[in-house]
Parts: sequence; structure tokens; C-alpha cells
Amino acid sequence: MYKIVTKKELNPTVTQMEIKAPLVANKALPGQFIILRVDDMGERIPLTVAGVNKQNGTVKIIFQIVGATTHKLNQKNEGEFIQDFVGPLGEPTHIDGLKKVCIVGGGVGCAIAMPIAEALHQKGCEVTSIIGFRNKDLVILEDEFKSCSDSLHIMTDDGSYGRNGNVCVPLSEMLSGGEQFDMIITIGPLVMMKFVVEAARPYGTPVTVSMNPIMIDGTGMCGGCRLTLNIDGKRVTKFACVDGPDFDGYQVDFDEAMSRGRMYSDFERHAYEESCNLFRKA
Amino acid sequence: MAINPKKHEMPTQEPAVRAHNFDEVALGYSEEIAIAEAQRCLNCKNAPCVNGCPVNIDIPNFISHIKDGDFESAYNVISLSSSLPAVCGRVCPQETQCESKCTLGIKFEPVGIGRLERFVADWHNNNSKEQPVKPQSNGHKVAVVGSGPSGLTCAGDLAKKGYEVTVFEALHTAGGVLVYGIPEFRLPKSIVAKEVETLKALGVKIETNVVIGKTLTIDELFESGFKAVFIGSGAGLPNFMGIPGESLKGVYSANEFLTRSNLMKSYLQNPDTPIMKGGKVAVVGGGNVAMDAARTALRLGAEQVYIVYRRSMDELPARKEEVEHAKEEGIIFKLLCNPTEILGYNNPDNPRDEKNGFVTGMKCIKMELGEPDEKGRRRPVPVENSEFIIDVDTVIMSIGTSPNPLIKNTTDGLEVNRWGGIVVNEDGLTSRDAVYAGGDAVTGAATVISAMGAGKVAAKAIDEYLSNK
Repeated sequence: MYKIVTKKELNPTVTQMEIKAPLVANKALPGQFIILRVDDMGERIPLTVAGVNKQNGTVKIIFQIVGATTHKLNQKNEGEFIQDFVGPLGEPTHIDGLKKVCIVGGGVGCAIAMPIAEALHQKGCEVTSIIGFRNKDLVILEDEFKSCSDSLHIMTDDGSYGRNGNVCVPLSEMLSGGEQFDMIITIGPLVMMKFVVEAARPYGTPVTVSMNPIMIDGTGMCGGCRLTLNIDGKRVTKFACVDGPDFDGYQVDFDEAMSRGRMYSDFERHAYEESCNLFRKA
Repeated sequence: MAINPKKHEMPTQEPAVRAHNFDEVALGYSEEIAIAEAQRCLNCKNAPCVNGCPVNIDIPNFISHIKDGDFESAYNVISLSSSLPAVCGRVCPQETQCESKCTLGIKFEPVGIGRLERFVADWHNNNSKEQPVKPQSNGHKVAVVGSGPSGLTCAGDLAKKGYEVTVFEALHTAGGVLVYGIPEFRLPKSIVAKEVETLKALGVKIETNVVIGKTLTIDELFESGFKAVFIGSGAGLPNFMGIPGESLKGVYSANEFLTRSNLMKSYLQNPDTPIMKGGKVAVVGGGNVAMDAARTALRLGAEQVYIVYRRSMDELPARKEEVEHAKEEGIIFKLLCNPTEILGYNNPDNPRDEKNGFVTGMKCIKMELGEPDEKGRRRPVPVENSEFIIDVDTVIMSIGTSPNPLIKNTTDGLEVNRWGGIVVNEDGLTSRDAVYAGGDAVTGAATVISAMGAGKVAAKAIDEYLSNK
């Protein structure tokens, strides 16, 4: 059992928790993920590590309440326990040698982008951050990004905070204005990452994307997290859990990944409603 | 007394009933049947059956105790060689091992050794009050990576000798393939749990949720005081065929399909982990895992389940009993048949159609057997212009696995072969001092009992190594 040491609501749909897991805290690097189960019959869900405190032996996770499991997780409070917590899994984001990087985060993906921005900043890299949200109420981690970015662009879809528009607007402006980045690192909804790649394509700027497909074991056993890369005209199957979660954005078949991500959408809708009803009754 | 030429039949659930439940198919011998079957044993002096057993159980000896009705003594004989008798009695391919060497088998059906082993183990589990006693510690700590059959066997053998053994398991439950892979109807999880409890009583510690190669490395295990390490991390990433359509929704690896159902309990009502149920299902492959996947799909409510295999019935690698059971339950075998493409739904007028990207069928080509390959098996070759389409909603690829890269990538000096399997000598010793390995991590996908045999060999070698240190 793993203790929830702190819990904080970042916005009405996004929660941050610190979980006591010293072995994971000791090892986890930006870009890696963990897998947790809330209770004994629970499903295994992957969540990217949003930070660690080695001294306290805690791992920070930030999750959006989107389905039955995250709903159930959000019902847990400080001092309570979750059943299983394993990691760190996947390869860390490669940040060595980068001098100038643009971080592009969307929604809860910003939680994953933030520790990468921090790590780059600490290494003396020039960090430009673009973070996008649907509206003002959903903005998270603004102060954290401010403190590790040389310049920060906040975007909202409805213009209720920061600039109006999506994350590609400032990115395209900078690239067309002659700004050059060693790397663009983007984390967020698949469709957003797909468009970030398209925005960068005319300029040939390398793009790293962080994929978070459906997973079960997360250790290279089930193959559920497979995705297709186009490498030199060949279609190659890769596993996000052991080969990723970061991939070269130009190689990823996003349309396929988006389709696979919807495999259980019917089931999930149903399970979410069930779980909400359950808590309503309780 | 005339010898009964046939094995006593194993009582089973009726096919029509069991095809719709996850309860165990084979019900086990009664005491009377077990004694009668034991009496068929000739008690040969040279005991050829023992050589057919990868862990060399003293078979005639345990069977003679059954003849006397002394089932606990029979259990004690098996225990000397096997840590998991209730498991092996259920999942070993006895027909190619002990029973294939049985003298009786020359003229008649061999003695039902596997069925007797299962009977003895179940009798012990249901009747014996004896608790295993934790031996005096010899002060040496040994780490075991993975809690599947090879790891549990290695851990058990070392614990009995007084080693302080810790087993590290990546998943949330101990048992490895015995819990995520082999379905409930073939190996009830309560039996695996019981075997694990027995090991704990012997003093074995089990740490779940620790991925060696990630959470801790092999080198860190030594730094924290372990004197030897056994790697039994099992088979790895599932193989796919590389044909178009394998990423469509409704295509699973057998590992994923079975893990969802077995480990994550998708077969129960209202599970948290979803699985596609019902419809028409094709399982590609002919091994035990393919049979397990097909029979699981049937029990989850599929209207039609096919096994698609590129060779013929004679080459089918699955355990004979499982093939028979699958046939009885109504699984359709499409033999000499190989998939060339998986077809999916695509509504050109509506890209948001929720059915888009789901499997609708599988294109296959007929095969015939040509010249033998280097292993002597006749090579299947496609028959030109013989393509046809099977109407299916789910495709389960069960064509083997490739070794997991996590330990190899994080352990300097650990030699692997060109397939990625860990290289070991006859004692299970790897290229690294005090690091041993066995099971599927070494051999690629094989059987539970051969993994147990490897765990046993390594335990013996580790004991010799640490006693002489």
C-alpha cells in the first residue's frame, strides 16, 4: 500500500498528489511514468511523473479526472492509501546537450512538461514555454512555468486568459520569425501534438512527442501500448512502455494512435457513469 | 491381475456447460480412481519416467504410496523435487515428458502420472494440517527476479536450504505467467496463491511492484547485500506478424488478451479493466497460449472462435489435452491457413463514425506443407490464389514473444544471444559472477516445467557457489 502524503486541487478537473514511494522517488527522471491501481479490483493506469522529492521519498502525480479510475483516485484523501504504485517506467526524456528548447504543453500535459522544463532550465538551457488550456479556470502550474522559462506564452481556446488561440499560434510566429530551437518537446492531447509537428515541419525543427497510449503492465509484456512509426518509408511497431514514451514526432502515426485510444470509449463512458452514480449513492 | 489398457478417465465438466464458465475444466481423480490408476504402475526398477521429468520426481515411489492409500507420503516424495506440484499436475505436457517414457505405454496407454500428481497435491492442500517449517537461516541473502515458475522454484529450493530469499515481482500479484497467462479454468488462481503462501511460510519474502532494471538494477541488488541473483523474468514483448491491419481496434496480442482477463479479472461482471467480449474471434497460432486465448474468448461470450494455424494438426505444438478440450468446446480449427491482412471498418463519408478502425475480417491464404526445414518440420508454403476472408471482430495474435530488454539494458556485462535471450552455462550461470538465469528469459517461450527445471538447476548451483565462498 502506498500513502497519499499530500493532495491538492489544481483546478476543478485536475488534482495533484504526492505518493510515498521511496524506491520510485529515488530513480524517477523527467519523462518517465508510473503505473498505479487504486484498489484491489482496480485497473492499472499509467501516469507520468510530475516531480519527485527524494528526501521525503515521494513522487508527485497530476491527473485529470476523465474516467472511472481517476474519479475513484480523486475520492481518496491525504493520509489514505492506494493499492499499487510501480515505476519508474519508460525512458527519461533526452535533454543532454540541448541549448535552446521550446516546450509546448496542452492541458494536463503541462504537468508532464513542467519537470522537463525545470530540468532543462537547471542545466542552463534557454527554455521557451507555450502552455495552452481550454479556458482560464483550467490553467495550471503558471508560477512553476514562470520560474523555469526564459519566456512563457499562455494560451486559452476562448481567450479568457493569456492569448486567444491554440499553442501552434505563437510557435508558428516564432518559427516563421526566424527563431531556431534545438528541439521542440510537446506533451498534450494527440491532436495537439500532431499539429505541433505540422507547425514545425516546414522549418525542420526536431520534435519530441510524449505518447500515453492504453497500457496494462507497462513493462514490455502485453503489447497493448504499441504504436506505428514511419522510419525511412518502413512501418515499424514500437512499444510506448519500453521504447518510449518519447518518440520522434515526425515518425509517429498519430491517426492510428488516436483511433486506438478510442478502443474502449464506450466502455469507459459507461464505467464513469457507474462510478459517479456509486459515489452519489454513497 | 490383468492390466487396464487405458488410463482412468479424468472427470471433467461437460463441454456445453464449461464453455460458458471459468470454473476448472478437469475435476480431478477421486481417491478410488487414484488408487486404481496407481495400480496400473509396473514400478519398473529402471524407472524411465523419472528421466522424462525435467525436475526428476521419483515417480514410481510416489505412485506406490498412492497404491497404499498413503497420500501424504506420496506428497512428501513429490515435494523433494517439485515446489509446485498442484500446478505441474495441471499444466505439464506429460505426454511428451514422463508419460512418454512409461513402460506401460509401449503396449497400452501410459500411467496417468500427471493426473496422479495433481490428485496428490490437491489431497495435501485439502487435508493436510502440516505447516511448512521455516529452516534456520544460513545468513546468505539471495534475490530472485520474477515470481513465475522458475523464480518460485529457485526461491523454494534455496529457502529450504536456509537462504534468505527475496523475490521481486514487477506486477501487483505474485505468480508470473501462472496468474497473468494461464486461465482460471485450467489453473485456478487459488492454487497458485496457495503455493505462494507455502513459500512465504518457508521464509521467502515477496516484493511486488518492483521492476528490476527500472526500480532497482541487478548491481543495486548486490550493493544492498544480496550475494547471488537469479533472473527468471520470463518472456517479453509479444511478436506480431507484420501484416497490414495489426493496429486496428480489436487486434490483441495473446499476452494482452489473457492479462486483461486473468490478471485484471475482465472476465468478472463489472470489471474496471475492459476487454472485447462476444462476436467472432480468430486466434492466430497453435501453442498452448493460443488454446488458452481461444477458450477464454469462448467463455467471454464469443459466438464463434477460430484457431488459425499455418501447419496441420500433426504439427500443432499445444498440449494434446488442451487441443481435445478446445475441440469439444466447439473451437473451430482452420489449419494450413495463414493471415495476410486484417481488415477494418472505414466509413469514407464520416470520419467520426465510431465503428471506424474496428476489425471486420481477416484475409487468409491456404497453405500446404513443403520440404522439411532445418528442424525437420515441414515448411508451410502458400497456395497461390487461394485467399479467402474470415468474418471476425477480434483477432488475437499468439505467435510467440521476444525477450524483455529491461534487465539486459541496465546490466553491464550480461551477455545475451542474437535473439536477446540471456546466455547461461549448464548451471544457469550467466556471463556475470553470481548472476544466474533460467526460464523463458533464457530459452524464449517454453513450458512451465522446463522453467521450473531451470530454477532448480540454478538453485543447486547458487547453493554450491555460496557454500564454497
